[in-house]
Order: sequence, then structure tokens, then C-alpha cells
Amino acid sequence: MRRIVNKGPEDLKGRGFSRAEIAPQIAAALAAEGARSTLKRALQALILTAAAFLLLAAAPSPDARFHDLGHRMMCTCGCGQILLECNHVGCQPSEKMINQLRAALDKGDNDDLILQGFVQEYGPVVIAAPTTTGFNRVAWIMPFAVLALGIAFAVHTVRTWKNRPEPALADGIVIPEHSPELDTLRARARKETDT
Amino acid sequence: MATIGSFALYLALALSFYSFGAGLLSLFRRDAASARLGETARRAGIATFIAVLLAAFILVSSAFNDDFSNAYIYHHSNRDLPAAYKFAVLWSGQEGSLLFWSLLLAGYGFVLRLRYKTDQRLFAYASVIIAAVQVFFLLILTFAAHPFAIERGGIPPDGAGLNPLLQYPEMVIHPPMLYLGYVGFTIPFAFALGALIMKYPGEKWIHITRRWTMVTWCFLTVGVFLGAHWAYAVLGWGGYWGWDPVENASLMPWLTGTAFLHSVMMQEKRGMLKVWNMALVFATFLLSMLGTFLTRSGVISSVHAFAQSSIGTWFIVFIGITAAVCIYFLVVNLPHLKSEHKLESLVSRESSFLFNNLLLLVVCFTILWGTFFPIISEWVQGHKVTVGPPFFNRVAVPVALLLMLLTAVGPLLAWRKTSIESLKRNFLFPAIGAVAVGLMMILFGVKPWEDPSYFYATMAAILSALVIFTVISEFVRGGRVIAGKSHQNIFAAMLQLSRRNTRRYGGYIVHFGVALVVIGILGTPFNKEVEKEMAFGDKINIGPYTLVCQSYTQDDNPNYANEWAIINVYRGGKLITTMYPERRFYKASNQPQTLPRIYPSFRQDLFLVNDVYLVYEGKNETTGRPIIKAHLNPLVPWIWIGLIIMVFGTVVALVPNSVPVPVTASIPVRTEAHAGAGD
Repeated sequence: MRRIVNKGPEDLKGRGFSRAEIAPQIAAALAAEGARSTLKRALQALILTAAAFLLLAAAPSPDARFHDLGHRMMCTCGCGQILLECNHVGCQPSEKMINQLRAALDKGDNDDLILQGFVQEYGPVVIAAPTTTGFNRVAWIMPFAVLALGIAFAVHTVRTWKNRPEPALADGIVIPEHSPELDTLRARARKETDT
Repeated sequence: MATIGSFALYLALALSFYSFGAGLLSLFRRDAASARLGETARRAGIATFIAVLLAAFILVSSAFNDDFSNAYIYHHSNRDLPAAYKFAVLWSGQEGSLLFWSLLLAGYGFVLRLRYKTDQRLFAYASVIIAAVQVFFLLILTFAAHPFAIERGGIPPDGAGLNPLLQYPEMVIHPPMLYLGYVGFTIPFAFALGALIMKYPGEKWIHITRRWTMVTWCFLTVGVFLGAHWAYAVLGWGGYWGWDPVENASLMPWLTGTAFLHSVMMQEKRGMLKVWNMALVFATFLLSMLGTFLTRSGVISSVHAFAQSSIGTWFIVFIGITAAVCIYFLVVNLPHLKSEHKLESLVSRESSFLFNNLLLLVVCFTILWGTFFPIISEWVQGHKVTVGPPFFNRVAVPVALLLMLLTAVGPLLAWRKTSIESLKRNFLFPAIGAVAVGLMMILFGVKPWEDPSYFYATMAAILSALVIFTVISEFVRGGRVIAGKSHQNIFAAMLQLSRRNTRRYGGYIVHFGVALVVIGILGTPFNKEVEKEMAFGDKINIGPYTLVCQSYTQDDNPNYANEWAIINVYRGGKLITTMYPERRFYKASNQPQTLPRIYPSFRQDLFLVNDVYLVYEGKNETTGRPIIKAHLNPLVPWIWIGLIIMVFGTVVALVPNSVPVPVTASIPVRTEAHAGAGD
């Protein structure tokens, strides 16, 4: 039986195969192509859905924006709390700021513009976390740099410990690697501790 | 009275000076008289406690006697203040709380000096170091923050009153617990530094200080959580942790103390991490001092602005000197602290402790860095920036989640070496359970891909479940072995198991409590809140609850006038409770204060409990209508239950092991075996 290397129906026909011989190949090739195309369509649909999902996620509702921005700023009354969490009874600064925030959102300003407006009016302390520009970037980088250094140090320590020579015994004492007595004790220790 | 109090303080200062000086001299002199000198120093230390106790007693009795000629009493009390809060006046202000610090330190020193026979020389070193710390506090009390200063301009008829925020039952407990924790870390510090200076042979000092450290850690844990609960129940913003600098200050020594409690096991069992443990003890003590400095100095703006003054310089100098002394002795004695053993495998308890310590310290560093970054920014940029909750949540939470993973995996690793098969076998059940919890969350509608906070919440749920299932599987596995041998039921066997190794199983219980705390925290992204002006019959819908305003009422007593809202809470059309959020107006201090009311829905929701949290915010000045703010906080009650379990676990770990079951098999012993040949 001739071995058919399938490069598509036209290729098979051109290489002198009979109709009967190539018919199942054509059917199989068409089925494979159909499957590929279905897969491709499914993939496209998935990408489109994901894109739509991301686009939807990228456009939060005004309420969500209000909540988000209100939690990215501090109240300026001296309470040291997040703007929307100030608990001072009848706090006028927070009321004023909340009204300003609502007005800015109604005007259609983007988040950066709104935050900039607040910084101009109340100073940089109004933003609840350091920005990611200039020296403020250091605030964000430092903890992760320390984590990375710490991991490097820990890995180095573990390696050093692992490569450390066994502590020397006093002259004349030899502990055999295997002895029935030691093996029994080891097995027992494992059973009792490695639970 | 004030004169006697002042005299008691001066006497205490003189005695602690003597205890320090004579103690130090006796340690360095090697003649026959040095033992007698040391004994007088010890007795002077004991007498210091009596003198400080007398001073504290006089201050409290001045509060009870409404002695407003004393400036401190005038500023922190009033005639109609309830008795419990008059007692709490002792730690309500700067001078009093420093006296309380000094009293607790003298109390710890008193107990230590009575137990000196355990190891006379080590205890003598520790006693001298405690005396030095005592001298520092008594110097501040005598020269910078004197609690017996006289009020100028005649005796006022009534006091200015206690800060309303502090007039809450937990405020009678929270500061003493926190202070017992802060001050208590002086004891392990004193033992560690003493052991280092005298090149103490072996690990006995670790055994001696272990209990001190655990008790202290437990106090600090309770103090931190009570502070969080106080913030939740009093401040009225619906949260319990705001990453305030003073809150952070209490968390930092807790983190290093926790790291020490883990890594100290490496030293006890394997003779490793000796330098590290010293550094951790020193860091914990210094961070405790830093916490006191932050609370008292006002260097960083904080909601805890109860007691600010210029004593910060004293603390900076003390912290600087202490750090220099610690570093000096650590460097000089490095050869003495050499590890005794090698690491046999990366997959071992040793490695897990090392990485657990690393993560705890990274969280601690992040908090320290975030707390001080505003000052650093001012130095560098010329203006302050705010480092608030968004920073800490984004940076510390991922590291804390890694820590939870280690909390789950660590107990499954054996000392020295763990086979992968054993790890797989032990990890299978907890891992399946944890994944099931994650899937259940998604089935219940949590979409971790929608928002980072939901992602963290899902991860926290999975990792908490992993910790809980790990702990359960450890108990069950150990219990089964004992049940098989002793033919008891599994629960009796688990109890016996815990009694045989209280430290290990107590530790597991603490881990279980920590997992519950994390479960309580992970509900935060799902919080809801509604604010509304409510007249009679008005409704607020929040989650499955309908809140209906029934009425308003008011009352008056000598200390404060108050208003209540009476709110009926319905669920599914059925009345489940009535809540009374309150607003007070304190007469002596002329300050208003809201008192939220909280209803945990255990009866309705069992495990998925919610807190219904109502705040009566006052009246709208324009409409005259009362404003009610309602919060629905899922899972929060688990935080407080977790705390109770953590405390229970610590108590279990403190109980001595029961007598081990006698072994019937005879084991030949090599008589010539050399010390240090094995572990």
C-alpha cells in the first residue's frame, strides 16, 4: 500500500492518485480544515469577548469612579483618614471635597485631571499614596527591592549551610553510616517526627 | 499627695541608678565583695518596683480624689468620670502612661529578680540591663514629663475631662495589654544582650526567655487586636485598621517578635541562626521603643494624638545608644555565635523558617518604610507626601499572602529533610480542600479577575483554607497514631497528642487562629455602606437587610448627654433585632462622640457572618433630620474569634508537656558518645 503524504486534495490528485484513493483523504482534509476553522472562530470569539470584557472593565460606572477616587484621597480635616471614611461628625472639609469630586466627575474630567486639581488646591498630602513619579517611585520600589535582596540572601544562606562541612567529632569516635541499631532509631525518629 | 508621689519617683530613680551601677560593678569585679555588691543591686531593683508602685498608686488615688491641683489629673479627669475611667487615667496621658511603662518594667524586673536562682550570673546581667532601661524612663518622668506637676493659677473646680474616644470599656484593657507587650520585650532583650556580653555557653538563655517571650507576644497580640476592635467599635468609620502610624508601630515589634518565636526553634533544635535571633530580639525591643516614641513624640501625624510633646529627643538618643551597644556586642561576639550544624535539604523545616522570617521582616520593613516615608520625602523633596492604606494594601498584602502559604506548608516539613512523597501525601487533602474553597467562592459570584481586591480576597480564602486543613490534618494524623496504639477515640487521642507536645500543637492552634483572622479580613472588598437622612418610618436597604427607623430618644447624665436612634433590622420581612446607634456630648471636654452599634449575624448566616454596623452621625443642620450611616461588613467577627483562638493556642503552648509515654524497647547507649555529636 502506498503511503500517502497528505498535502491537501489538489496535491494528491496531481501526484497520480485515483479518485477512490483520494476521496477519503479529501473528506478527512476538509473535516480537518473545518475543525481548524471552527477552532479559529472560537479563538476569535474568545479574544473578542475578552476585549469586550476588558473594554467594559476599563469604563467603570460614575459611582465606581467616585468610590475609587474617594478612596485615593485623604480627608484634610486632620483626622488622617481616607476621604470617604472620615468619621468626624459634620466634617466640613470632607463635605466640601466630596462635592468637588462629584462636580469634577459630572464635568467629565478624567481621573488624573481630577487628582491634579485636588493636589493643586490641597497640596500633595491629599493623595493617599505616593505617586509613581520622581522620588516617590522609591517608596514603591524599596519594599520589593528589599524582598528581592532578602530572597537572594536567604538562597545564599541556604546554599552556604548546605555546603558546610559536617561538624568534626572528637578523635576516635566513628559513627557508621549504616548499622541496624542506627537504622532502627532513624526509622523511629522519622515515624515520630515526619507526620 | 503630689509631694509623696514626686519623692517616690526620685527614690525610684536613685534606686534604679544604684541597681544599674552596683550591678555593673559587681559583674566586672572578681573579688569576694562583688557577690555582696551584686546582691545589693538586686535588692535595689526590687525596691525600685515598690517605689514606682507607690508613685502610680498616688497618681490613681489623686484621680479618685479629684485632686485637680495636680495638672495631669486636671487635664485627664473630671468629677463625674466613671470609676473605671478614673483608674484608666493612669495611662490616658503622656506622663501617666510613661509612669505606667515604668511600673510594668519594674514589675517584670521584680519577678525576674525574685527568680534569680535559675542562673545567677545571667540573671545579674539581665537585671543590670533592665535597670538601665528603668533609669531612662525614670529620668524622663523626673525631668521631662513629671506626672505630679502642680496646676498653675489655683485649683480648678472641675477637671477638663478625659478624651471621649478613650471613654470606652476596651480603653481600660487595650493600653495595659499593649504596654505589657511593649515593656515585656525588654526581658528577652535583657537576657539576649546579657548572654551575648558574657558569651553564654549553650542555648539555656533561650529556654529561660522562651516563656517570657511567648507571654509578652500574647499580650502584644491581644493589645494590637483590642486596639483594632476599639477603632472598629468607637471611631465609627466601619473599619478596624487604618494603617495609622501608631497602629503600625504596634504591629512592627509584633512581626519581629513572631519571627523570633519561629527562628528561635532553629537555635534550640539545630544550633543555627544564632546571630539572626540576637538581631531579632534587639530589633523587637528597639521597635517597641520606636512605637512608644511615635505615640509620644508627635513626629508623625496620627489619629492617636492623645499625648504629644517634645520628649521625642530623649527617645531618639536612647534608641541610638541602645542600637550602638547592641551592634557593638554583636560584632565583637560574632565568632561565639557560629552555627553548629549544616542544612541537609532545601525541603526542610529549617528552610521554611528562614523564608518565613524573611517574609515577616519584609512586611515589617514595608510598614516601617511606609510610616517614615513622609519624613524622608520632606527631607528629599521639601514636602510631605501621604502614605496611607492604598500603599500598604498594595505592597504588604501580597507578601502577607506568601507568608500564609508558608504557614500552611511549613508544618508539613520535617526537620533536616522531608521526602517529596511524604510532602505529597500530607499536602494532598489540604490542597484539595483549599482549591474547593476557591472554586466555591467563584461559584458564589466572586470574580477574582474583575478587581485586584477580589483576587487577593480569593487567594486569602484559598490560603486560609490551606492553613486550616493543614492544621486539622496534622491533628488527625497524629491522633490516629495514638488512637491506634492506645485504643482511645480520636478526640481523646488528639488531646493527648497536644499534651505531649504543647508547644507544637499550641502553635498549630495559633496558626488556625491566624487563618480565621485572615478570613475576617478578606471580607473587606465586599463591604457595603449607605448613608441616609432617616425620619420615623424611613427605610434603608443594605444587602439582605432592611433597616427601619422606629424612633429617636435622648438621655442625660452628669458625664454626658446623649441621643439614640432606634432602628429595627429586618431580613426577609422578619424582625431580627433592634439597634441603638448613639451620639454623646461630653460635658467636661465639650466634645461630641458617636458610638456605633454592631450586630453580627451568626444566627442567620453562621459561617458567612456579616456585621450590621450602624452609626448615628448627627443631624443635618439644614433639614434638622438625623443622619444614619449603615455598613454591612462581611466576615469581620471571625477576626475577633481568631484572636481568642490565637490566645488559646499560646496558652496551650505555655503549658509544660505531659510526661512522655514510657518507651519499652531497650536502646543501647554509647557511653563514649561525645557531646555535640548529635542533635
